[in-house]
Amino acid sequence: MTPFVELDRVTMTYGGPDAGTPAVADASLTIGRGEFVAVVGPSGCGKSSLLKIVSGLMPTDSGTARVDGETVSGPLTMVGMAFQNATLLPWRTTLENVLLPLEVSRAHRRSFRRKRAEHEAAARSLLKTVGLDGYEDHAPHELSGGMQQRASLCRALIHSPDLLLLDEPFAALDAFTREELWGVLQDLWRERQFTVILVTHDLREAVYLADRVYVVSKRPGRIVYERPVPLPRPRTLESTFEQDFVDLVHRLRDHIGEVRAA
Amino acid sequence: MTTRLKLAPWIATIGLFVFWELVCRLFSIPEFVLPAPSQAMAALIEFWPAIWQNAFYTFWVTMVGFAMAVVFGLVLGLVTGASALVYSAIYPLLVGFNSIPKVAIVPVLVVWFGIGTIPAVLTAFTISFFPIVVNVATGLATLEPELRDVLRSLGARKVDILLKVGLPRSMPYFFASLKVAITLAFVGTVISETVAGNAGMGHLMLSASSSFRVPLVFAGLLVIAVMGVGMYAIFALAERRFVGWAFRGADAA
Ligand SMILES: Nc1ncnc2c1ncn2[C@@H]1O[C@H](COP(=O)(O)OP(=O)(O)OP(=O)(O)O)[C@@H](O)[C@H]1O
Ligand SMILES: [Mg+2]
Repeated sequence: MTPFVELDRVTMTYGGPDAGTPAVADASLTIGRGEFVAVVGPSGCGKSSLLKIVSGLMPTDSGTARVDGETVSGPLTMVGMAFQNATLLPWRTTLENVLLPLEVSRAHRRSFRRKRAEHEAAARSLLKTVGLDGYEDHAPHELSGGMQQRASLCRALIHSPDLLLLDEPFAALDAFTREELWGVLQDLWRERQFTVILVTHDLREAVYLADRVYVVSKRPGRIVYERPVPLPRPRTLESTFEQDFVDLVHRLRDHIGEVRAA
Repeated sequence: MTTRLKLAPWIATIGLFVFWELVCRLFSIPEFVLPAPSQAMAALIEFWPAIWQNAFYTFWVTMVGFAMAVVFGLVLGLVTGASALVYSAIYPLLVGFNSIPKVAIVPVLVVWFGIGTIPAVLTAFTISFFPIVVNVATGLATLEPELRDVLRSLGARKVDILLKVGLPRSMPYFFASLKVAITLAFVGTVISETVAGNAGMGHLMLSASSSFRVPLVFAGLLVIAVMGVGMYAIFALAERRFVGWAFRGADAA
């Protein structure tokens, strides 16, 4: 597999190299094109920071980040992002929120008006795949938390990014909604074949979704374990009760325990 | 429940006037100290033509000053909210200027422009633009870090972020500030008319009090208060109309 995302001994400190403890220290990882990777680790260990390095939002002190063969030196336009809070704009309808990236992105803003009908059709069909058909013209406050998160996923994907960065996107949802959205995300990924880095605290979520799980140490964040998840796809809620799945979750649980104790 | 909420302000207002009337009658307070509401109303009717004329004048002066404050406040708020440099450069100046009692600058305005309408317009303007600037700037500057990251990684231009996210987000702050600014604008106009005017409610009340027509002074105060409440209500309606989305979440909760 050709590497798509590569971190090579990356160290990053907020406020510059001399500003104290790094948030990420000497981290290396390699992610193939189309791979689904999860990152887990204790709170404050630098997982979100890792995503900021990959997306080019934060420069590194040392080491290099490469995406698609190129060294990252500024914000990458080929990424889509979603977070724990959906951050939808309350004055825009669901559809208009999903269209926002196309209106402002460097690649699309000039042709946006001309291609509006085409973009709208794309947004509607994306909303349909996540089960939001019928809610296109609703305001965000009329959607439940889970529905807002679905819309936020659509907004992250509307410009067909090659790389999707997810920072605890389901953390604020109830268990049932969360597990439902695992399925939604898995379907989207299987259909569109983008590369995903998912940061999560939920080990079952990591095992359900990922091809590979990285465990990050306490601050400063280093990558201390890497665990492949050789379970067949598509995974279902049934799979989460199978012995292989449960064993993997336990194994990760132990790693996290060690990391926290260290 | 909602009818009780709607009735409450009327009951409170009527209650206040009844209380005021009773106190004046019970303690036989002389009308040149504190006229009862009924005496103020009598003066209002007796001097209605003069009051109407001056109130109309004060209203227009206030509206012109306020309109200038809206335009200037919006522009300055957008500039300060959009640029951290401009913000840090002029914010202390704005706070300093806002701390100056506006009554102190009326004489200066009179030296520059002479007695009359212009100082009144400018006083209404200077007293009311500050809350607009501060609110618009604050609204613009509050962008969630996650959303900022999303927009940056899309390569969004500053002007797009400003127009599509910052400006709409600052509109609830803007409308909230209009309600405050309009009442301040009335204060500014009346101050100027009182200190150096030859027309308007401030001038009328000053002449009335110098001839001990205290009920007329109170009639004037009531008229100003009514104009203030009326304009406040209009802008509160406009707020609901234009930035209703900012309230919807709260209604549902
Ligand atoms: N903007 C910032 N400026 C300075 N320090 C920061 C900033 N963001 C994060 N940090 C620090 O960097 C460290 C790593 O933060 P990061 O947000 O990457 O952790 P995380 O693993 O995502 O935590 P969590 O699981 O709680 O989200 C933390 O100790 C935090 O205090
Ligand atoms: Mg985080």
